[in-house]
Amino acid sequence: MEMRVVLEGKQLATGYRKGKRTAVVHRSLDFILRVGELVCLLGGNGAGKSTLLRTLAGVQPALGGGLELQGRPLASYSVRERSTAIGLVLTERVQAGGLTVFELAALGRQPYTGYFGRLTRQDRERVRQALEAVGMAEKATSYVAELSDGERQKVMIAKALVQESPLILLDEPTAFLDVTSRIEVMALLHRLAGEEGKAILMSTHDVEQALALADDLWLMRPDGAMLCGATEDLVLSGGLDGLFGTSPVDFDRMRGSYSARNGQLRPVRLMATDDVLHHWAQNALMRQGYYGVADSSDVTLPLLAIESPQNLTWTCGGEPHRFHSFAELSAALRIFLE
Amino acid sequence: MKTKMPESHKGFLWAGVLSVLTILLVAANLLAGSVDIPAAEVWRILFGQPAGNDAWTFIVWESRLPLCMTALLCGAALASSGLMLQTSFSNPLADPSILGISSGASLGVALVMLAGGGTVAAGAFSFSGFFAAVSGALAGALLVMGIILGLSAMIRSNVMLLIAGIMIGYVVSSAISLLNFFATAEGVHSYMIWGMGNFGGVSLAQLPWFAGMAVAGLLLSVSLVKPLNALLLGERYAENLGVNVRRVRGLLLLATGWLTAVVTAFCGPVAFIGLAVPHVARLLLGTSNHNSLLPVTMLCGAAVALLCNLICLLPGEWGMIPLNAVTPVLGAPVIVYVIVRQRRIKYFN
Repeated sequence: MEMRVVLEGKQLATGYRKGKRTAVVHRSLDFILRVGELVCLLGGNGAGKSTLLRTLAGVQPALGGGLELQGRPLASYSVRERSTAIGLVLTERVQAGGLTVFELAALGRQPYTGYFGRLTRQDRERVRQALEAVGMAEKATSYVAELSDGERQKVMIAKALVQESPLILLDEPTAFLDVTSRIEVMALLHRLAGEEGKAILMSTHDVEQALALADDLWLMRPDGAMLCGATEDLVLSGGLDGLFGTSPVDFDRMRGSYSARNGQLRPVRLMATDDVLHHWAQNALMRQGYYGVADSSDVTLPLLAIESPQNLTWTCGGEPHRFHSFAELSAALRIFLE
Repeated sequence: MKTKMPESHKGFLWAGVLSVLTILLVAANLLAGSVDIPAAEVWRILFGQPAGNDAWTFIVWESRLPLCMTALLCGAALASSGLMLQTSFSNPLADPSILGISSGASLGVALVMLAGGGTVAAGAFSFSGFFAAVSGALAGALLVMGIILGLSAMIRSNVMLLIAGIMIGYVVSSAISLLNFFATAEGVHSYMIWGMGNFGGVSLAQLPWFAGMAVAGLLLSVSLVKPLNALLLGERYAENLGVNVRRVRGLLLLATGWLTAVVTAFCGPVAFIGLAVPHVARLLLGTSNHNSLLPVTMLCGAAVALLCNLICLLPGEWGMIPLNAVTPVLGAPVIVYVIVRQRRIKYFN
C-alpha cells in the first residue's frame, strides 16, 4: 500500500545566496516524506541539517532542483499558505512565560483566525484536542513559565498540531531536554505521526532514540551525500558507519550506538547464561579493550564465563580467576592489559 | 488550589477599574491648578454655561482641558509604544527613551527650534512651526528606529542592543549640545524648558491636531495586536504562523516612531512612562496576551500620566514642577521591583 506523499525533493540543491556569491551546502538531495511517517535527520554538526530544514520550511529558497509540497512547488506557496501547510518546532526555548499553555497552543490557530485573532468555539475545541493529544490538557490554564523544558516543547508540538498542517518540521526539538523528556517527546512524535496522520521530519543528535522510533532515517554524510531509507536497512548496510566523519567514534552495529574507538579490540570467548548478562559483559569488555565472541573454537583465546553478576570466571591458559562483581573483573582486566 | 479567572474577564475588570480611575484623575486635574476654581463652576464651564468669572472660563478651556487631554493621550501613546518595543525586541527594558528614539525626536525638534533661533518657542508654536517640529521629531525618531532595527539584525544579545541604543542616545545628545552652543539665548532657553517635559505644550487650537495624530498612532498599534502575539514566540515562529515579519516590523517601527515623535514634539522627551507602564499592566493582568494587555497598557499609561501631571501641579500658585522630575520617581521603583523579582515574575521566564 502506497502512503500519500507530502514532501518530495528531486536533486534539490541547498545553500545560501548572498549577492552574487552562492555557498552550496548540498548539490543534489533526493527524498520523499509520506503521511504517517516519523523521519529523523541525522548528521554531524555543520553537515547541513539546519540548512535543509530551513529550505524545507520555505524560509530560504532552494538553489536548484525540485521541491514539492503536496504536489505543488514549495516556492509557489505564499507565507500565508505555508503557515497551514508546515508546522514548525524549533530548538530554542520560547520566552512566552506570561501566556497560559492554552494561549500558547492557540497561537497555532493564527492562520485561521480573524483580524484580532479571536478564537471561535471550533478553534477552542481544536486547541483542547491538541493539548489532549500531547498530554498537556490538565495544564491548560498553567502559565508557560511554570513548565519544564520538555513540557514547553510538548506545547509547541500542540501549537504545530493546531496549525493543521500535513507536514511538521522540528529542528533539534530535544537538544536541551533531559533524558526522560527526550524519550517522551520522541515517543509522542512517533505516536502523533500515526494517529494524526502527519508527516513528521525532525533533526536530532539523539541516535539511540532515532534508531528506536524513526520509521525512516535521512543520514547526512560528511561526503555530502544523503542516505534515505528504513532504519534497519541503513544500519545493516553500513550507512551509519562514519556518519560523523573520521572522528575517533565508531558505530556499533550490534548495539545501535556510537562509542569512542578503543584501539584494537582483543577477542575473548564470552559465555553468559542469559542475554542481559551477555550484553553487559560485552559492555564491560569493550570498555577495557576486549571484544566477546560467542562461539569460537579457538581455544587459545581467553574465556570469560558468567553464571550470575556475582559469579564471573576468567580463564587464560592456567588457573581460572574468580570474580564476585563486574568491578573486580574490570579492575583485573585493566591490570592484564598492562 | 488557587482559582484562576479567565484572562479576558480579568482584562475587562482592569479596563473597567482603570477607566474609572482615569475619569477621576481627569476630574482632579481639571480642579487642580494655581487658581482656585470651585468644582461646580468647572462643571458649568465645561457644559458651556456662564460662569461667575470670565477668567475662570478662559483658564478651564484654554489651559486645564488641553493639559488634561494631552496628558491622557501622551500617557497612552508612550505606554503603548513602550509595550510594542518590548515585545518586538523581546526585551523587557526596551522603551523609546532608552533606545534613543526620544533623543532622535529631540534632535529633530532641536534642529527646528534652535535653527529657528527661538522664533519657534515651545508652547507657542505657530502652525507652520508646529508642523515643522512634528516632522522634525518624526524624522529623528524614525532615523534612530531604523538604525536600531538594522543593529538588531547584527546584535543578537538583547543587553548589547540596549547598550547600543544608549550609545546612539549619547551621540544624538552631543549633536543637540552642539546645536545649543551655536544657538541664540532665547532658542536655548525655550529648548531647555521644552526638554524638562510638560503636558501643557498643546493649546486648545492645536488640541484637535494633536489628538488626531495621537489617536491615529494608537489605532495603528491596536491593529498590530495579532502579529504582536505571534512575535512573543520569536521571529521564526511568527513567520511560520503566517506573519509577514518584514512588513510587521516596518509597521511597528512606524507606530512606535510616530507615537514617540508626536509626544516628544509637543511635550518634550518624557522618560519612564513607556518603560514602566507596560510592566505595571502585565503585573496587574498576569498575561502577555496583547488582546487585553495593549488596551490595559494604554489606559494605565493615561492614568499614570494624569497622576504625574497632578503631582506637577502640586505647588499650586508657585508654578509647576517639571514633568521629568516626576516620572522617574514613579517609574524607576517599578523597574527596580521588576528586576529584583524577575525570577518570580511569569513573563520573564
